[in-house]
Amino acid sequence: MPPSRFEPSSIKNKVKREEIARKQKKAKRQDKLQRRLAQAKVEANDPLAKKKRLAQNVPRTLDNMREYDPSILTANPNAQSEAGPSTTAQGDCRAFPSGEPSEQPQDESAADIAADPFTAYFSGELDPGVPPKVLITTSSKATRVTYDFCDELVGVFPGAEFIRRKKGKGFEMGRIAGWAANRGYSHLMVVNEDMKKPNAITMVYLPEGPTAYFKLTSIELTQKISGHARATAHYPELVLNGFVTRLGHTVGRLFQTLFPPMPEFQGRQVVTLHNQRDFLFFRRHRYAFRSPEKVALQEIGPRFTLKLRYMKKGLPAVKNLGAPSKPLQFDDGEPQDADMADAQEQEQEAAGSSQDYARKEVVPPTEDEYLWMWKVRAGDD
Amino acid sequence: MQSDDVIWSVINTQFCSYKVKTATQNFCRNEYNVTGLCNRQSCPLANSRYATVREKEGVLYLYVKTIERAHSPAHMWERVKLSNNYTKALEQIDKELIHWPNFTIHKCKQRVTKITQYLIKMRRLALRQQPKLIGVKKKLDRREAVRERKALSAAKLERSIEAELIERLKSKAYGDMPLNVNEAVWQAVLDRERGEKEGDKGKGKALEMIDDETDEEDEEELEEEEEGWGEREFVSDLSGEEDGLSDLEDAMSSGEEDDEDEDDEDEEGSEEDEDPKKAALGKRKAPSKPQKPPRKGPEKKARRGPRVEVEYEHEMESVPLTKEALANW
Repeated sequence: MPPSRFEPSSIKNKVKREEIARKQKKAKRQDKLQRRLAQAKVEANDPLAKKKRLAQNVPRTLDNMREYDPSILTANPNAQSEAGPSTTAQGDCRAFPSGEPSEQPQDESAADIAADPFTAYFSGELDPGVPPKVLITTSSKATRVTYDFCDELVGVFPGAEFIRRKKGKGFEMGRIAGWAANRGYSHLMVVNEDMKKPNAITMVYLPEGPTAYFKLTSIELTQKISGHARATAHYPELVLNGFVTRLGHTVGRLFQTLFPPMPEFQGRQVVTLHNQRDFLFFRRHRYAFRSPEKVALQEIGPRFTLKLRYMKKGLPAVKNLGAPSKPLQFDDGEPQDADMADAQEQEQEAAGSSQDYARKEVVPPTEDEYLWMWKVRAGDD
Repeated sequence: MQSDDVIWSVINTQFCSYKVKTATQNFCRNEYNVTGLCNRQSCPLANSRYATVREKEGVLYLYVKTIERAHSPAHMWERVKLSNNYTKALEQIDKELIHWPNFTIHKCKQRVTKITQYLIKMRRLALRQQPKLIGVKKKLDRREAVRERKALSAAKLERSIEAELIERLKSKAYGDMPLNVNEAVWQAVLDRERGEKEGDKGKGKALEMIDDETDEEDEEELEEEEEGWGEREFVSDLSGEEDGLSDLEDAMSSGEEDDEDEDDEDEEGSEEDEDPKKAALGKRKAPSKPQKPPRKGPEKKARRGPRVEVEYEHEMESVPLTKEALANW
């Protein structure tokens, strides 16, 4: 179609205007298609050209345009994004002093990993064939949708067990965590429900925390995934992608501890938690190696997305309301450490004598943190 | 100066900003109103002699109007703190309002009762741990939904999972005899590694060829397959011809073997142990392992004559753990 002399917007007749606009649009589309077809034809004969084009046309994404951030441990301080000539100078400036601090977070993360509460799992003390016990429950007054989701979760984690949340007073999360810890569970997962939809997961590592709270979105149950595979009871493999900050390490290790340390490879199942821009995408697949270069994947399900909202030390608090609150305390470093060391020694003793029933009872903390109140209402105390 | 009747006529017939009109009756929003109703007796504006009970931060006060100070409204009300004890508070009211009209005394006492009750309820509720209510932030949700969508498309999940799995396969994270890898594929991986080593030593032609070629992967695959074809001739004893035979044929051949050798029970047991694996896991061929100790299979006597072949599916046992495997993992 020859290019019309008129801009379609200048035509006053509506029918005509629409017709011409439609034709122009179609022509444009066809033109583009032809161009791409021609390009494909050329590149079919000449793979070098394709490679060159792909090397040139790298799309700009948030991930490859990111400026150097020392908190991302894998980031290369010298690899500045080629955002443009204006930022390169800036990048150089930043690259220079970053030689020293780039090492520091690495050390810190190594120290983190050495000292975090998950070391028992990774040091191989536990029997690698036994799945960690996971207690899954809901918030109070849950509905069908949440129970269905919990059923799926039970299928995902090999050592998981679902227990309905009891109604009434005295079944607060912290208290449940304490009971579960005393019964040898290693995790507590509470699926929170709001407006008849699961909207959050609280994950507690027992017996001593941390407690992580995730926002939960875009749930798709297995049934909804077309062409899904059937899960087997084999322990899955785990793929944790993109956990590169110190906090990320903690979250990744928290998830790793949910699964038995040694997967059963014959099941050919892989559970993925992919971190992209702070969203954690959960997927489960069955795979088959077709060749050394190719893997076939079939999704098993479920799918959901998590986003970390907060992570706290320790178990969720039980408020012993009515009791006088503790006075505000300021810690001054040293005696605290000594206490910690003592506590750790005691723990180790306890772990040594874990066969006995003389294990330390896990009691949830009574109060999270000091809640600052402007005015103490006489009615409240 | 202060004329109750004039005030009341204005309030009643014209306008009062505290008045709330409903279909059945009128209410009063003035905080000093002792009943909450809009009428002549309980109007705090149109009565120069007025008393009420109010609660401030859990403490009860009796408020008494002193009309002589009407010119300075800030000082017009005189307040008396009432006792925490309910009966004492009532006695206090009796004492303070000794010559007052019965209506005022009665209504004040009623109000004391009501406030005491709601204070008790407030304290009881405060003792219970209740979920914290947070507002729904629509804009934030929408923004995060968009970001999630974009992050999902940027993640290229399947591709990254595939890459990770391939890397695990190539780095031999699955051990020496992987149960999850097709035998031919595993052979190809091993061959490639051997080829690379040789290439490193000799820097032969093959490497140059690879360098020349632009589309490496396809070429390498081809090469491996060729190597694989070459390799297969050396391995002869285990399971006859394995050049891309389908599982069906495999099963057939093993079945034939079953028929043939009935004497050695152990062997047959192990064979039968392998068979259901194949059946259970579909396309994957179970790696044949001669050095694996023969496990005690389900006791089955091979009988002569017509028979129906029944395949039992057994749950796989977990992988026998070795220190090496753990270290590799």
